[in-house]
Amino acid sequence: MRALMLILRKDLRQRLRDGTLLIYAVALPLGMAFLLNLVMGGSAQRLDARYGVVGLPAFTERVLRPMEAAGRVRLRQVASAEEGRELTGRGELDAVFAGSPGPSSVANLPPAETTDPASPGATDPVSPGTTGPASIEVIGSVDAPVAVQVARELAESYAAAERGERLALAVAGAGPRAVPELRALPEPIRVRQDASLSVRQLDTGTYHAAGTAVFFLFFAVLICVSGIFAERASGMLARIMAAPVRGPVVMAAKLLGGALTALIGMVILVVASSLLLGARWGDPAGVAALVAAVVLAATGLMAAVATFARTAEQAANWQSVAATALGIAGGAFFPVGQLGGLAVLSQASPHHWFLEGLADLRGGGSVALPVAVLLGFAAVGIPVALARLGRVARA
Amino acid sequence: MPVLEVVGLRKSYKDRLVVDGVGFAVREGETYGLLGPNGAGKTTTISMVVGVLARDAGEVRIAGRPHDTAGRATKSLIGYVPQELAVYPDLTARENLRFFAGLYGIRGSEARRRIGEVLEIVGLADRAGEAAGKYSGGMSRRLNIGIGLLNRPRLLVLDEPTAGVDPQSRTSILDSVRRLAGDGTAVLYTTHYMEEAQRLCDRVGIIDHGRMLAEGRPDELGAPDLEAAFLQLTGRELRD
Ligand SMILES: Nc1ncnc2c1ncn2[C@@H]1O[C@H](COP(=O)(O)OP(=O)(O)O)[C@@H](O)[C@H]1O
Ligand SMILES: [Mg+2]
Repeated sequence: MRALMLILRKDLRQRLRDGTLLIYAVALPLGMAFLLNLVMGGSAQRLDARYGVVGLPAFTERVLRPMEAAGRVRLRQVASAEEGRELTGRGELDAVFAGSPGPSSVANLPPAETTDPASPGATDPVSPGTTGPASIEVIGSVDAPVAVQVARELAESYAAAERGERLALAVAGAGPRAVPELRALPEPIRVRQDASLSVRQLDTGTYHAAGTAVFFLFFAVLICVSGIFAERASGMLARIMAAPVRGPVVMAAKLLGGALTALIGMVILVVASSLLLGARWGDPAGVAALVAAVVLAATGLMAAVATFARTAEQAANWQSVAATALGIAGGAFFPVGQLGGLAVLSQASPHHWFLEGLADLRGGGSVALPVAVLLGFAAVGIPVALARLGRVARA
Repeated sequence: MPVLEVVGLRKSYKDRLVVDGVGFAVREGETYGLLGPNGAGKTTTISMVVGVLARDAGEVRIAGRPHDTAGRATKSLIGYVPQELAVYPDLTARENLRFFAGLYGIRGSEARRRIGEVLEIVGLADRAGEAAGKYSGGMSRRLNIGIGLLNRPRLLVLDEPTAGVDPQSRTSILDSVRRLAGDGTAVLYTTHYMEEAQRLCDRVGIIDHGRMLAEGRPDELGAPDLEAAFLQLTGRELRD
């Protein structure tokens, strides 16, 4: 135990001095999260989303058709909200806008203004003849967070515009009405979200922070694991193995060093992205469980991959390939739910389960499954790595 | 009883036999030189002696006790200085020494005393707070050796400790080795500097292609000197 702590402390001090910790655990992930946030923030314009719509003729005409004409959206009429839920559930549509009658409590809207002949069809009556306020329900697919986010924003801004219009009409029609009364005017259209699906979304800032964090986590581990090979080449490992220390203790210390470096980077990014990017990670206990689990998974997988290499360069190369492939497949940079086959492949990536867990957390759900899957990755990787690292040391 | 006894040591990589039945012994206070051209099998032999490489066959005994890669009790009797400059460049000399002292279970005031002692022996006391990466080649070599002295070993094993070192550092290194041997330490070291071996070693073994070709006192091995004997035994063919 003492030897383990000794090696661990030495490794971390070294990483701190040679800048590895700063670069891989702080600078790169933070910088990348900022960049992605900047670049992807404007990505709605390049969106190719598949939306369904139930009713809502005005919304369709004013908002969705122009987007369809611009080639950003593929539009499809859907018979009911039920069908919409099914289609998004199967991944055939990214989101569905379902119009439905508003709650009866808001039916006592000032009647004259809304039926003003100056704006016929301005609102979206769900059943013909009803002029009461409608609501738009946004039903989203879990696999298309960006398309759903855009859908939600479209509905919200339409609702806001509609409300503005009504306010203007109310002011014009009613003359000098009391301001408080205007304020009390009910919203003409309420945007509701599918409770079971669309809440399980990360907002853009959190998504990019989480994606880059988990991506670079693997690289922080990579540096530490490759360090074992570098120490072997420099004779350090032989020198350590010549000391009266058990071999597995040495290797355990090395892996723990990788895990700790990754953990430090992760904690820094969670805190920094919350403060600087407005990321909302969710319940701290759940986040902590996910972070701990993904750190162990990354350490085990990367170390296991590395043990099949012969040199430090080879180890670093193989690990980079693994980290990048798993990161992309797991949706660390862009949501892979929209890429068909990759969605299935992404199940094999710890990145996917980490992001999935965060989304679950946001939906108020339990992270038990993602944590269990991540610990499963660790349970496979770490024993393989420890068993094979002994051979690396003696080679 | 010899501090180190090696019998019938054998090691192959894939199908290639690189150490083939090597045996020798080093007594207390004796300096033994393992001489051989590049690729002769010196480092492989030494790695099995210190227990960082598993052997295929043979025996190693340290102070009469069987020794192998798992032998923690016997490992604490050995000081090992690898052929490579095995020091952490980002750490200071003192931090390097403290780390390795810790691995040998030397801590606290005892560690401070030994580290001070070692820094004096290798002449780095006034530069101990500098990162080892800033040291000259000779200073790094001396620190490399210093680490091997921390545990006051009964057997000191040095793999080419003077390779690529300026005459001042070389003299200082050889002086320390001589002094340690004078205090009863058994020294096993490899080199391909024949003149150095001739001056320093009580006995030498000449190996090539993994086999021990000759063993004895430098003056026993042949005329006119060790270099001639060496060339006679190992031939003139060039090695990589
Ligand atoms: N890990 C290894 N795998 C394969 N061959 C090796 C390995 N280590 C050493 N060798 C080979 O064994 C022979 C002896 O090497 P070594 O003991 O390092 O020689 P020396 O130290 O005398 O120069 C060399 O031919 C070398 O190429
Ligand atoms: Mg050698």
